[in-house]
Amino acid sequence: MLHTFVALVSDKPGVLTRVASLFRRLNINIVSLTVGESERPDVSRMTIVCEAPESAAHRIKASLYKLEITVDIDEVGRSEAVIRELCLIKVAAGPAHPLGQSSRSQIFELANVFRARVVDLAPESIMLEMTGSSSKIEGLIQVITESGYTILEVSRTGRMAMRRGHHTSRVLKALGTTNGSGSQVNSPTDWNSQPAADILPNEFPEVHPEEDREDET
Amino acid sequence: MSNKNANPQLTGSEILWATLVGEGVTTVFGYPGGAILPIYDALRKFPIHHVLVRHEQGASHMADGYARASGQVGVCMATSGPGATNLVTGIATAMLDSIPMVAITGQVSSKVLGSDAFQEVDITGITLPITKHNFLVTRAEDIAPTVRLAFQIASSGRPGPVLVDITKDAQQATAAFDFDAAAPPAYRPHPMLRTTAGSIDQAIELIQQAQRPLILAGHGIVESGARDQVIAFAERRQIPVASTLLGLGAFPTHHPLSLGMMGMHGESWVNHAIQQADLLLAFGMRFDDRVTGNLAHYAPNAKKIHIDIDPSEINKNVKVDVALIGDLRKTLDQMLPNLAPHSDTAWIDQVNAMKGTAAVRDIINLPDNGHLYAAHVINDIWREAKAAGRLAQTIIVTDVGQHQMWEAQYFKHDTPRSLITSGGLGTMGFALPAAIGAKAACPEKDVWVIAGDGGFQMTAAELSTIVQEGYAINIAVINNGFLGMVRQWQEAFYDKNYSASPILSPNFVALAAAHGIAGANVSQRKDVTPTVTKSRTSGKPFLINFQVEKEDGVYPMIAPGAALHEMVRRPTHDPLLETAEDE
Repeated sequence: MLHTFVALVSDKPGVLTRVASLFRRLNINIVSLTVGESERPDVSRMTIVCEAPESAAHRIKASLYKLEITVDIDEVGRSEAVIRELCLIKVAAGPAHPLGQSSRSQIFELANVFRARVVDLAPESIMLEMTGSSSKIEGLIQVITESGYTILEVSRTGRMAMRRGHHTSRVLKALGTTNGSGSQVNSPTDWNSQPAADILPNEFPEVHPEEDREDET
Repeated sequence: MSNKNANPQLTGSEILWATLVGEGVTTVFGYPGGAILPIYDALRKFPIHHVLVRHEQGASHMADGYARASGQVGVCMATSGPGATNLVTGIATAMLDSIPMVAITGQVSSKVLGSDAFQEVDITGITLPITKHNFLVTRAEDIAPTVRLAFQIASSGRPGPVLVDITKDAQQATAAFDFDAAAPPAYRPHPMLRTTAGSIDQAIELIQQAQRPLILAGHGIVESGARDQVIAFAERRQIPVASTLLGLGAFPTHHPLSLGMMGMHGESWVNHAIQQADLLLAFGMRFDDRVTGNLAHYAPNAKKIHIDIDPSEINKNVKVDVALIGDLRKTLDQMLPNLAPHSDTAWIDQVNAMKGTAAVRDIINLPDNGHLYAAHVINDIWREAKAAGRLAQTIIVTDVGQHQMWEAQYFKHDTPRSLITSGGLGTMGFALPAAIGAKAACPEKDVWVIAGDGGFQMTAAELSTIVQEGYAINIAVINNGFLGMVRQWQEAFYDKNYSASPILSPNFVALAAAHGIAGANVSQRKDVTPTVTKSRTSGKPFLINFQVEKEDGVYPMIAPGAALHEMVRRPTHDPLLETAEDE
């Protein structure tokens, strides 16, 4: 099955290699990986989608935690998070196309239905930009192909994910920042004195299946 | 160099040594070369003893042996390129056995990084999967904070090796040095390191319900210093204790609840006890494949409680019912007050009854038939140390192979850190250099190298290091003319096709003599103990070449893919033991 992990990692050279190397070592194929800045200047945010058995999720998460560069890891399911990707599609269309000028208007219509935007119009091609779930992007690609158009190029960013609602990184929270953008805490946190609600539970789906129920809606 | 003036300006090389001194380092093992010359130039100004090795692999094994014997972080050092790559085997060995180590390597100047400069190699890239973490330092001012962080990472949580690669220009540049200001932020425990009260209650309940519980004692007991807690725990509930290879000594072998080693070459009653147990308590062990045999048939009747500091070990090989993540000693301290005493000895009696014919089959109980067996040699080394009252002062360092398993079976370890052996990686050539590290850490102890004729030749160059340092190390070469464990597998699984397993050896006693080391050949059982005593009391390095039975096997043995209870036992009528002549 596909797992989606959000990893907050320190923004330093070589961090991507460490994460990628971990997946190689575990012999797990990365489906997509996006990296970018986060709300904190020294922290990068990665969304990693990988294909692995359901039982592997805990091990991947724990292994990611073991990397010294990791700040926090979260695994997000489809229901609890907004998962999006950006896609650029270049389609052959224009006067030279068998359908002539009407090829362009037909592409425009298809784009409208999928809420894709036209970002470039050239004599021989149209470029579309689309943001959405992976299935929606695949839907547009399928419709364009089935309508007899030739797709010249596709570039997809891979998935990005963010939990819905007032969720912030538990580690950032434990460090004393409630919204993740607050000032850094200088004093070392006494982890044992944290109130029970803030401490992280032992999460073992295989061990306590009842705790995982709410994720399956 | 304890200059009280505010922030003296030092070179990067001086900063490195000053930081090592500040971290409490007294000994480093290394080998100089072009890209680390500035560091070696600054060495004379600092109170650190440098042990010059004969091959950098030896340096990393010595740092490893030093760490295993002392519990402190071991430090090794090498130049760029081949120096750094030669460290790799030792770093991987430390990684697999969770040994705290810091490896310092020189690197070409930052201006030429990535240009394939002379002796340039991407050592941080190479060691990425075999270190807990590694660093490339290109500025003098980063050296102190990085090295201090490296020590913290190496020794905190689940320990492991950390490599710090320092470019030559960083070694030569100057920067202000302030040891205290370079301290890393307080150690942040693993965010998943949480043992909730609920899971402790669950564990206690499982223990109270269990009729046939068994403790699996691992290396984590030594690392966390939980020996007393484990003893209290076992005694409180009369729970027998089985040990992993690296757990030997963590729980005293002479204790009535101690069963001995489990796994591929574990004692038969231990493996049977695991298969019959209704509860396994895994204390700081990771269910390695050499311990579990076929996972599908492992401990089929048992609930499992796993206490480990590394969350990624939970449910990795064996699915457990309750996982308690955290430091073993702290976790057991939390559990002990809630653990009601239990004095029923029915289960331990049942386990002891399972020993059955094991004693009859045991090679150690055979009368002297004129042959010398490795098991006898190792058992005699133990008896000799025990008779001399030196057992608590003895460290055995083994290589890898048959002799290693015989050591585990026939040397009865009662104290933690008294056995140093490469368990996870199984590195041949480990024993001699690791023993040098152990002797450097514990000069007052009797250190024994027990190595096979194959593994000993891999790192025999370090004999010269022993003489250079004047270390009185005892070396027992168990010489059977074969790569013994390979031969045993070829006998069992490859139709006795002894492909590349017979090995020619030099005259080891003459080799030792060439280094100025005294030695003796032993091929009779009666000569074993006197020679061992002579070696131990000589106050100098001493090598004994034990010419043992050529085609002996380690038993019991679990074939790959077989379940734990499907052991191949030593035949009661072993043709090898009955014929007077070798065939």
